[in-house]
Amino acid sequence: MTALSRRNFVGLGASAVLATAFGSRIAFARAATERRFVFIIQRGAADGLHTVAPVGDPAYVSQRGQLAEDFAAAPKLNDMFALHPAMKNIHGLYGAKQALFLHAVASPYRDRSHFDGQNVLETGGTSAYQLKDGWLNRLLSMLPADDKAIALAATIPMALRGGVEVASYAPSSLPDASDDLLMRVSQMYQGDQQLHGIWEQATATRMLTGDLVSDNGKNAADTGALAAKMLSAANGSRIAMIETGGWDTHAGQKGRLAGQLNGLDKMVGELQKGLGPLWNNTVVLVATEFGRTVKINGTQGTDHGTGSCAMLMGGAVNGGKVLADWPGLADAALYENRDLKPTTGLDTLIGSAVASHFDLNPLTTTKKLFPDVQAARPLQDLVHA
Amino acid sequence: MTDASIALNRFGLGARPGEDPGSDPRKWLAAQIESFDPRPEAIASQVPSTQVARDLADFYEQQRLLRQAAGPKAQQGAVPSRPAVAQPPMAGGAAMQDMQSAAPAMQPGTMQGGSMQDGMSAQPAGARIQAKPGAAGKPLYEGEDAAMLARREARRVQQQIYVGMVSARALTAINSPTPFAERLTHFWANHFAVSADKLELVGMCGTLEFEAIRPHVMGKFGDMLNAVERHPSMLLYLDQAVSIGPNSPAGQIAARRQAKNRSGLNENLAREIMELHTLGVRSVYTQADVTEFARAMTGFTIAGIGRGAGARYAGTAEGEPGTFVFADRLHEPGTRTILGKQWSQQGEAQAAAVLNFFATHPATAHHIATKLARHFAADDPPPALVAKLEKAFLSSGGDLPTVYRALINAPECWAPQPAKFKSPWEWSISAMRALGTKQVQANAVNGLMGQLGQPTWKPGSPAGWDDVAGAWAGPDAVMRRVEAAERMAQRAKDTIDARQRAAELFPGALSPATAQSIARAESPGQGLALMLVSPEFMRR
Repeated sequence: MTALSRRNFVGLGASAVLATAFGSRIAFARAATERRFVFIIQRGAADGLHTVAPVGDPAYVSQRGQLAEDFAAAPKLNDMFALHPAMKNIHGLYGAKQALFLHAVASPYRDRSHFDGQNVLETGGTSAYQLKDGWLNRLLSMLPADDKAIALAATIPMALRGGVEVASYAPSSLPDASDDLLMRVSQMYQGDQQLHGIWEQATATRMLTGDLVSDNGKNAADTGALAAKMLSAANGSRIAMIETGGWDTHAGQKGRLAGQLNGLDKMVGELQKGLGPLWNNTVVLVATEFGRTVKINGTQGTDHGTGSCAMLMGGAVNGGKVLADWPGLADAALYENRDLKPTTGLDTLIGSAVASHFDLNPLTTTKKLFPDVQAARPLQDLVHA
Repeated sequence: MTDASIALNRFGLGARPGEDPGSDPRKWLAAQIESFDPRPEAIASQVPSTQVARDLADFYEQQRLLRQAAGPKAQQGAVPSRPAVAQPPMAGGAAMQDMQSAAPAMQPGTMQGGSMQDGMSAQPAGARIQAKPGAAGKPLYEGEDAAMLARREARRVQQQIYVGMVSARALTAINSPTPFAERLTHFWANHFAVSADKLELVGMCGTLEFEAIRPHVMGKFGDMLNAVERHPSMLLYLDQAVSIGPNSPAGQIAARRQAKNRSGLNENLAREIMELHTLGVRSVYTQADVTEFARAMTGFTIAGIGRGAGARYAGTAEGEPGTFVFADRLHEPGTRTILGKQWSQQGEAQAAAVLNFFATHPATAHHIATKLARHFAADDPPPALVAKLEKAFLSSGGDLPTVYRALINAPECWAPQPAKFKSPWEWSISAMRALGTKQVQANAVNGLMGQLGQPTWKPGSPAGWDDVAGAWAGPDAVMRRVEAAERMAQRAKDTIDARQRAAELFPGALSPATAQSIARAESPGQGLALMLVSPEFMRR
């Protein structure tokens, strides 16, 4: 026996890990409502300043250096902000008042570990590993839903874990190791004489690109289309979570992030297309665990930071605006002299948006989803009633 | 690497969470010699070889009766019987046959060549699938008859036993508080390798390790050797059970009747004992020694599997199936000359005396010392270490704990640079230990080992698995580990902080580069995956 084929690899038993054929992963939950909600998590700390750039900030060009070039001819959202040119669909949504950006946001997490930052973002706690279930699961518990939820993912992401059962949808084929892991293994083996050579050969025939970048965004588009299909079925899911990776741009950020944003844009475009008239009942939230440094590092990338940008999209969104209590990019204005200072809580954004969307009380919703966060005033008019 | 990290990883099977070799790692290793449990619960609960043998005996008897019932017409064109257990040709009916020879006329040509490599998934040639496999005892294929049905059922049962034993082996290893001792068990099981390449071995292969290796891991090499060479797995695997002395009573009858089923001396086991188990290939023996030893070994066989007249004549029909029996009527009479010495003992005592002579022979000491040094220290075994182990072996008469203590005390084993690339088994077990796994799902380990290229107890050769990096450190093999690591990590990602765990696994020996890779991972699961494929984790 040489090997089991991937298809046959039941690997690790009953809780065998299954994942989608796509680079990113989707998890679905179903609720007895006509409203749709999609949470796209950007794992790896997406650079909000390179997504929605504050081109009107006097310190912008000097702080961002080479990265500012991408925005020389980028579409302006208002006097202050411009949108990355790779996001064509999303720019269209903005023009149709179906996309809203919230800048200088952050979860309560203030350190710079992906591990801990994602845990805080997904559990809705104030520190890592403090809560054992996710805010999206707690949201499910507030909805008039008695149907089983469904996940299409390697595992149910933390945000969807908890008391409400989330079943899973497993496509037939198993994936290879994720591109992002392969890339990191390459980095890890770089100084190892034996493994470096072996790994070079092993990866020679594989494309080592970011999750959303791979296949020129086709995987990302496919994932969006699949999510739309699952959300459109008559008795299908009402809530989905899509995991995307590859946002950790420590080096060569321009090309890599452009690819990532292009993938995200296609994913959202396919979601809209696939949902058809249901798009009017939909809110898509895009958020990341924390932002990146304001200044570029020595390898044309950025390092782990704090404040970033979040997005709300969909026909139910009261869009066409960028909300920001803008702290400024001058050195003196930065958080710990390096990061965009957060001025709005992601919890406030999420609590306000989902409460309006599902017609729940904003204060009790925020309390349920983010129990230990000090209540801020709910944001108004994010979503059409 | 620090001494603590070496004790955990190079000597052991990788740390479990909270495992601490203490301030004196050598003492921690030596103490395992005393506290090793040869029969932990997971293993004690497996079926013994006698049970496997009884099932096989019933199966062969059933096949024999079915063939008889089918009558001579149905047997025309049947694949000729080839006995796998001593079977004097004057005996009517088959005794014990392996799968190929038991195949009836319906499927000539299938499964010839003797191997059932893929876990017994072979289907009758030309058969049309009518239903998914599953319900035992129901025909699956068009034209499947009673004999085929029984054979399929036998395969299924044997495969179930096999998978259970693989799980028990893994469970024992991942939960063991004496990982060095478990490593030694795995070493010896590979030294005395059997391979589940034919039906008799599928359910039986694990019992050699459980019944003949484990009880003697902390004893004398000679005792282990004697137990192994009398175990049904070995006797079946290397065809000893069918070896008949040409001048033995059974051999004489066969010669007089000029039976068409040729039977006689089989020197397979005798050769491998000298080449692989004791003296070492190209050492002190000649082909004439092999043949002479094979003659001495005749009569070493198994009771209770064959039940025909031949087995009754040989005296092997009775008795607990699968137990060792010395069959006088199969034994080649006379004095043998082996390695220049005369062996005039009678019966079983002859081969036993030769085995005991081999067990403490200097060539054996050198062979074992070299293999142990290669396993624990370096692919190219340091000559100084080999010499120390050889001396310990010879001076103690093959007392294994004495050899292990020499190993523990040899500075060559404590070289700070990791010198050994883990085999898939070592990597998988250490990964499960690192993740704190306590239970394994049926077939999970079996599937994983297949994917990683080292299916348990199926090395495909009596030489066992290679013990050098060249056998395991290939591009595809490493890629498979990365894929497996990602899936394993995804299951555990929310319960383990890889940064902290990696420091525990390699106390004082985690490289800054690896620590940084893990700390910079995009998610906890990715951090764990990186930990499991880090250079530290790939080697020991």
